[in-house]
Amino acid sequence: MSAHRTPRRTVRLNPTRIGIYTLLILFALLFLIPVYVLVVSSLKTFAEVQDLSRLWSPPTGLHLESFRAAWWGIPEKGLRGLSQNLLNSVYLTVPATILSSMLGSLNGYILSKWRFRGANVLFPLMLFGMFIPYQSILIPLTQTLAAIHLGGTIWGLILVHVVYGIPITTLIFRNYYAEVPTDLVEAARIDGANILGVYWRVLFPLSVPGFVVVIIWQFTNIWNEFLFAVSILQKPDVQPITVALRNLAGSQIQEWNMIMAGTLIAAVPTLLIYIIMGRYFIRGLLAGSVKG
Amino acid sequence: MVSKRFWYVGMAALIMASLLLAACQPTAAPTQPPAPTATQPPAAAGKLEIFSWWTAGGEAEGLNALYKVFSAKYPNVEIINATVAGGAGSAAKAVLATRMQAGDPPDSFQVHAGHELIDSWVKAGKMEPVTFIFKDNNWLDKYPKGVIDILSYEGEIWSVPVNIHRSNVLWYNKKVFADNGVTPPTNFDEFFAVADKLKAAGVTPLALGDNGIWAATHLFESVLLGTMGPDKYRGLWTGETDWNGPEVKSALETFAKIMGYVNEDHAALSWDQAAQLVADGKAAMTIMGDWAEGYFKSIGQTPDVEFGYVPSPGTKGSFIMLSDSFGLPKGAKNRDNGIAWLTVCGSKEGQDAFNPLKGSIPARTDADRSLYDVYLQSAMDDFASNQIVPSLAHGAAASEGWVTAINDAMTLFVANLDVAAAQTAMAQACKTAGVCK
Amino acid sequence: MSQARRERWIAFLLILPSIILIAIFVYGFIGWTATVSLSQWDGVEPNYAWAGLKNFRQLFTQEGGVSATRFRIDLWNTLFFTLLFLLVCVVIGLLLAILLDQKIKGEGIFRTIYLFPMALSFVVTGVVWQWIFAPGTETRLRGVNALLHNLGLDALRWKWYTDTRSVGPFHLALIPVIIAAAWQMIGYCMAMYLAGLRGIPEELREAARVDGATEIGIYRHIILPMLQPITLSALIVLGHISLKIFDLVYTMTGKGPGFVTDVPGIFMFETTFQGNHYAQGAAISIIMLLMVALVIIPYLVFSLRREVEL
Repeated sequence: MSAHRTPRRTVRLNPTRIGIYTLLILFALLFLIPVYVLVVSSLKTFAEVQDLSRLWSPPTGLHLESFRAAWWGIPEKGLRGLSQNLLNSVYLTVPATILSSMLGSLNGYILSKWRFRGANVLFPLMLFGMFIPYQSILIPLTQTLAAIHLGGTIWGLILVHVVYGIPITTLIFRNYYAEVPTDLVEAARIDGANILGVYWRVLFPLSVPGFVVVIIWQFTNIWNEFLFAVSILQKPDVQPITVALRNLAGSQIQEWNMIMAGTLIAAVPTLLIYIIMGRYFIRGLLAGSVKG
Repeated sequence: MVSKRFWYVGMAALIMASLLLAACQPTAAPTQPPAPTATQPPAAAGKLEIFSWWTAGGEAEGLNALYKVFSAKYPNVEIINATVAGGAGSAAKAVLATRMQAGDPPDSFQVHAGHELIDSWVKAGKMEPVTFIFKDNNWLDKYPKGVIDILSYEGEIWSVPVNIHRSNVLWYNKKVFADNGVTPPTNFDEFFAVADKLKAAGVTPLALGDNGIWAATHLFESVLLGTMGPDKYRGLWTGETDWNGPEVKSALETFAKIMGYVNEDHAALSWDQAAQLVADGKAAMTIMGDWAEGYFKSIGQTPDVEFGYVPSPGTKGSFIMLSDSFGLPKGAKNRDNGIAWLTVCGSKEGQDAFNPLKGSIPARTDADRSLYDVYLQSAMDDFASNQIVPSLAHGAAASEGWVTAINDAMTLFVANLDVAAAQTAMAQACKTAGVCK
Repeated sequence: MSQARRERWIAFLLILPSIILIAIFVYGFIGWTATVSLSQWDGVEPNYAWAGLKNFRQLFTQEGGVSATRFRIDLWNTLFFTLLFLLVCVVIGLLLAILLDQKIKGEGIFRTIYLFPMALSFVVTGVVWQWIFAPGTETRLRGVNALLHNLGLDALRWKWYTDTRSVGPFHLALIPVIIAAAWQMIGYCMAMYLAGLRGIPEELREAARVDGATEIGIYRHIILPMLQPITLSALIVLGHISLKIFDLVYTMTGKGPGFVTDVPGIFMFETTFQGNHYAQGAAISIIMLLMVALVIIPYLVFSLRREVEL
């Protein structure tokens, strides 16, 4: 988003502008309907969500019982709480994000500053890996993880996310490092730095914005991911929150206040990141289309 | 520069934090089972991991009662109750498959007796036969031959049944029937006559809740049996009855006709919501397994007072059975405790503790009748005297793959009621399953 | 060996672990899946006995019975889902971007609102929209149907994602799913277009204004043509997402009565991990891969070649 823009002209309100604002507000309200549903339902008591005549009405008060139920479960109805699953998501997402960003940074550095023969073929082959439907590698993946004793473990899923995160993290860092002037690299080499020295002394210290973009991107993606998690982690006590949530919503229960509270809990971490660091989030988003 | 250093330190801290977090993850690593030694006294101590999808209601209470019986006998064994909720057992089956493939089986697991166990696990060589438990405890004459047959494959018995459920039961609202002057139908001609009368009176004749498609398959197996009788029905699962033949066609046509008498919102309901329609008098009848009785009782109704029960149309004298059973996987970590568990499951004491709570009848014939309610007693009588045939929808009659294919065919059939297409699909499913040629 | 050559080797060694991982986990596994799709593996235990193209024949010909019917429905569903989803995302995304480009007060707030669904999991989206479009039953209306009933608009009630009606091969039940997917991804299109609009120099518009062009004319003749590459990128990225969609539909509706909302991703998952038909699941996933590759490979080649030329 370019900073070089002509100064804002003051625009008077005329029918066209009123029309534009009306449309924008209308769309904003439509976009917020699911948020309304989430918040309103999660603040209701069980009796209130059962009252179908008031399905869309605000709650009668701030009832937090649904959040208690979503967190600790309702044992007498056989419903598990999501607290352990939220922790599992953290155990999964944080290491996988860090490891895959570091790997991506190294790859991006090599591919942008040390173009070796064959790199032009390797890179697109690598990128293809981020577009494939993961169904097409799922059967060998589950077999392999079981064979190396990582089946059904969070460690196994971390490995999976690190591996399939290579293309996107490499891509973002490669494009990011391409902007770093080669002069800086040359200067460091004249000072006697080797490959890793150049990375460590020149590029890594400049990498913060790149890391922020990649970390946000990977964190959001891994937190939100479902297919790998549901195929690899079968035991309820190791499943991340997306899988536990879908199991909760998929069972024939009527506790919609609990489900909606659980949905909010699952959504909050990535939403917070988005609201606080939206700028970097958008950069990752645009990078995902190969050329931003 | 300050901010750069700050970020650098921050990154390092993040990395450290991530490694720490990773390090304190719960490890679910499968530990190697200790080799069972002959000197070890049987089931003296240690652990026992029991895997099931009984997480709530009467099923969970029944399971706990079984645990109590076990703990009284083996007080030093710690029971690990590994349950997986959701999807009428489909979630649990997926967990089990992964654990079995990874060589991490529980000591014993719940499984529908019959082809579900045999085709999935026995043929794959993952189970130990339990014939010796039956012999050691002299159970072979305590269980009906029909049950032993369903449990057997290549001369061995492969699981211990804890209960029997009946699938072909028509439940009806007694008040609605009395108000409209109708009596429970015994065959499909009577059924449609009753249904027309009820429909004219503004009552939904038959409640169906096939949100999870198995309820439609469940209704279909009753229709199959009701139109062709027990011998032809059994032949469907051995390839002796032709899926392209007139009997199956007639069953499908009857099913399509029935769909004209069910509640319009059947695809949105679950089986218990359909039962609720009957309880509320909005619908007159529903065809469901006898766990429906447990549901009616849980909402305060009494058998023979608010609701009545008869065999589904045309199936008097036949009993479609399904059974929950427990098996002994190869490589169980606490094999001796697993055997002790199976011995409890199959004992009279165990079955009489479990079944009154679960709302099913014992698989043994020598149980204490006084523990069971009026419906269950009638089911026990029928079980002892009727022709026993296996349930399709609940894994006794056909392999899981075959059941899945029939469920898929039913998904389409319920939506379009195309008899010819459904018959072709079912004939093909039998071929794919390797039973028909 | 010269210093430069040695360093190139080290560079190659540093990236080698990633190359090996991608070679195994992407290409090796695709090959493995292809092998499974040609095998007789039909049960919990692997069985690599040769089956030829049987598993594919069963998806496309009468030999497969209900599998073939289901897969045919899946392909139609994917086609209509993709077309409508892309159309809605591109049209509304572009509209919102153009509206936001009119020097709007509170632009940041609007942008945040339109884009926040992108930060959510498809599972979260699925759960919420499942609630909104749940038809309920005649005696217990839910979601939008309850709202319509309360507003006295019962005529507009229908069974949403459980409706089995169709127009030709297009199942009406897909509409609620498309709405949910579009809700999540419109913001992406908007962000792409907005970035594109901001990249168009103001001087260009000024010059056109001086030449007497109307505002609408400027968009039609100058700006929209310049946004074409962005439309292509958006179509490719969204298109490949919709061809392999799974989480959203699986959470929101599942396969639906009569497979009205079934997609190949759900078929593959259910047949493989619930039905234990591994070979059939592999065959479905290979077809999904081919569909995605058809879209992605030309795009990758095209955009990377353009990059090299620049």
